[in-house]
Amino acid sequence: MNGIIQLKNGRIIDPTQKRDEIADLWIENGIIVNPPKTPATAIEVHDVKGCWVVPGLIDLHVHLREPGEEYKETIETGCRAAAAGGFTAVACMPNTKPVNDNGAITRFILEKAASCAARVYPVGAISQESNGEKLAAHGEMKAAGAVALTDDGRPVLDSRLMRRAMEYASSHEMLIMSHAEEVSLSRGGCMHEGEISTRLGLRGIPAAAESIMVYREIALAELTGARVHISHVSSEQSLALIRNAKARGVKVTAETAPHYFTLTERAVLGYNTHAKMSPPLRTEKDLQAIRTALRDGTLDAIATDHAPHSILQKEVEFNLAANGIVGLETSLPLGLALVREGVIGADRLIELMSCAPAAILGVAGGTLRVGGTADVTVIDPQKRFTFSTEKTFSLSKNSPFDGWDLQGKAVLTILAGRITYCDI
Amino acid sequence: MTENSEQDYQFRHKNIFGIEQLSVADISHILATARSFREISGRPIKKVPTLRGKTIVNLFFEPSTRTRLSFEIAAKRMSADTFNIAASTSSATKGETLVDTAKNIEAMSPDVIIVRHSSSGAPQLLAKHINAAVINAGDGAHEHPSQGLLDMMTVMEHKGHLAGLKIAIVGDIAHSRVAISDIIGFTKMGANVSVAGPQTFMPSHISLLGAKVCSSVKEAVSGADVVMALRIQLERQNDSLIPSLREYSQFFGINRKLLELAKEDVIVMHPGPVNRGVELSPDVADGGKSVILDQVANGVAVRMALLYLVLGGNKGGDGQGEIR
Repeated sequence: MNGIIQLKNGRIIDPTQKRDEIADLWIENGIIVNPPKTPATAIEVHDVKGCWVVPGLIDLHVHLREPGEEYKETIETGCRAAAAGGFTAVACMPNTKPVNDNGAITRFILEKAASCAARVYPVGAISQESNGEKLAAHGEMKAAGAVALTDDGRPVLDSRLMRRAMEYASSHEMLIMSHAEEVSLSRGGCMHEGEISTRLGLRGIPAAAESIMVYREIALAELTGARVHISHVSSEQSLALIRNAKARGVKVTAETAPHYFTLTERAVLGYNTHAKMSPPLRTEKDLQAIRTALRDGTLDAIATDHAPHSILQKEVEFNLAANGIVGLETSLPLGLALVREGVIGADRLIELMSCAPAAILGVAGGTLRVGGTADVTVIDPQKRFTFSTEKTFSLSKNSPFDGWDLQGKAVLTILAGRITYCDI
Repeated sequence: MTENSEQDYQFRHKNIFGIEQLSVADISHILATARSFREISGRPIKKVPTLRGKTIVNLFFEPSTRTRLSFEIAAKRMSADTFNIAASTSSATKGETLVDTAKNIEAMSPDVIIVRHSSSGAPQLLAKHINAAVINAGDGAHEHPSQGLLDMMTVMEHKGHLAGLKIAIVGDIAHSRVAISDIIGFTKMGANVSVAGPQTFMPSHISLLGAKVCSSVKEAVSGADVVMALRIQLERQNDSLIPSLREYSQFFGINRKLLELAKEDVIVMHPGPVNRGVELSPDVADGGKSVILDQVANGVAVRMALLYLVLGGNKGGDGQGEIR
């Protein structure tokens, strides 16, 4: 924490200051300074010529599995994977065992996270045990350190309860994040409903199962005046609803995950359970719509939905396999591909992966302003590597990108002036 | 052994997961091989030594009498040793996964595993973990390749060819692995497949598999060379897919009057067992145009051919059974 770090000759990209220039970044005692105040005795210098120096990446949607399923991931291993992926902070979903629906669990998570390689922002449950029946203790969780609320993994089916949640959460100034899924339409389904599901004989989930619920959340946000965030948007129809709602001034934000702008339903061919997720991978048309929405601002953030599962849940019949993939170490390279392909600019990518997540969650970070905490990520956009789940920091290996040749990655991750990952 | 005229053709599939993986040449070769085996079932001593010493395991996770028996008879007529394992699909809940089961069976060194499972893709999963050849005997709503092949064999027998025929498939397409195998197989061989049934029984994008979706059974049956009715699972009416069996039979059942719209020499098929009075009126099911029992007889011959071929009846396989 103490001491001075100089990142020399990097391309500093900070959308919050509309900054994009080649310069040095100084860190003194965990704070961004310019220049350092104390005459330095020992300066740690990193020449980062050719690299981007950006605000530490923030992932507003991960599953850390602790407490309850430590064999899949722990807060420690999840944070190490986060640091390796360039993240300085992650928001962890409450669907642990037990569910994070009270202050004690929130405190437990924060205590475990205190010494880890990334900041952890616990997200509490909307309802007790996330079973959609009674409101959980929103105020108590906020007091303990929770930053937002969701029953992620499960939708809140009862519209009246969702309305109450939005109202009650608002009085604690907490954000509601929605896992949008109309389960009477998706029940029994295990992939997107379409040609591939027909060919493979797998029960499909229509895109309407998502968009119906997205519309409900928008309607309830309008009714209550609450701010609502739609998690892991996968379909074109959902995006049209969000775009329209934003134009009307509804306080709605939304995220997507890298797999939705990189893969389609075809990834399931061969019954590849590593491509099984909720919501499911959709069509090329949806993928293109997601890319457009990342560019035009309909989507505010890229989150990973990092969902570790052991081989026990994946090496089974497709319809029985668990949903989800690990994503912390592939998110940035897949996002960088969008920049290379001209879908979005470098500054927009940093906005999607750092500034906007900080703003949505209402947490510090997401900026390189002088005087702020030095959460910094250095990205080498040229560095090529083959992603291997065997070499990841995550305890789980469930990724459809195993073996992919990727370009661009985090090479230095700095958390409050402490280097949490270095691959220079 | 076979009637295949292409001298350089080789059957290269170790595993049979579905019709989708088979080429036109593969299908022709399997059907030709099956025709050459059919005669064995007509002999007084119905046994040849072809597969003597081979171990064949029938691993059925779903109840099945016909398919299992058909495979068992096929194996025994070729002198293989057969074992039947009726496993529970719910074994996963008891802690044993399908992969565990596969590894246990593999440890006993079988040569072929014939698998029936309620999950689509289960045969592929098994094949990843065992060295034995895997034959899919029906997986979820995916494929039932041996049934598709025996259907093609039966039509071929009655019509002499497949190309250009109009095949009408009527009923619950969405939940039928037979329908998927038939649609893929018949269209691959140049036939025109029309499907009809209530829309709740139509999978999305079925037309992309090559089938023409008809708005009525009349349209599908009109001018058809083959009418195939699919079995209705009686519990479908409780799943709000059809209001009642009575209504289904009135609007989607095949009766003699409807058959008058088909070609004069139409044949009627059904994968069985028939719900008489639901999918087929009794006079049609048991009438002169019905070839349902021929299907059953051809099933043994097709399965003999498949066992023979996956066990290297034709050397030089690449060990793959890719569906893509």
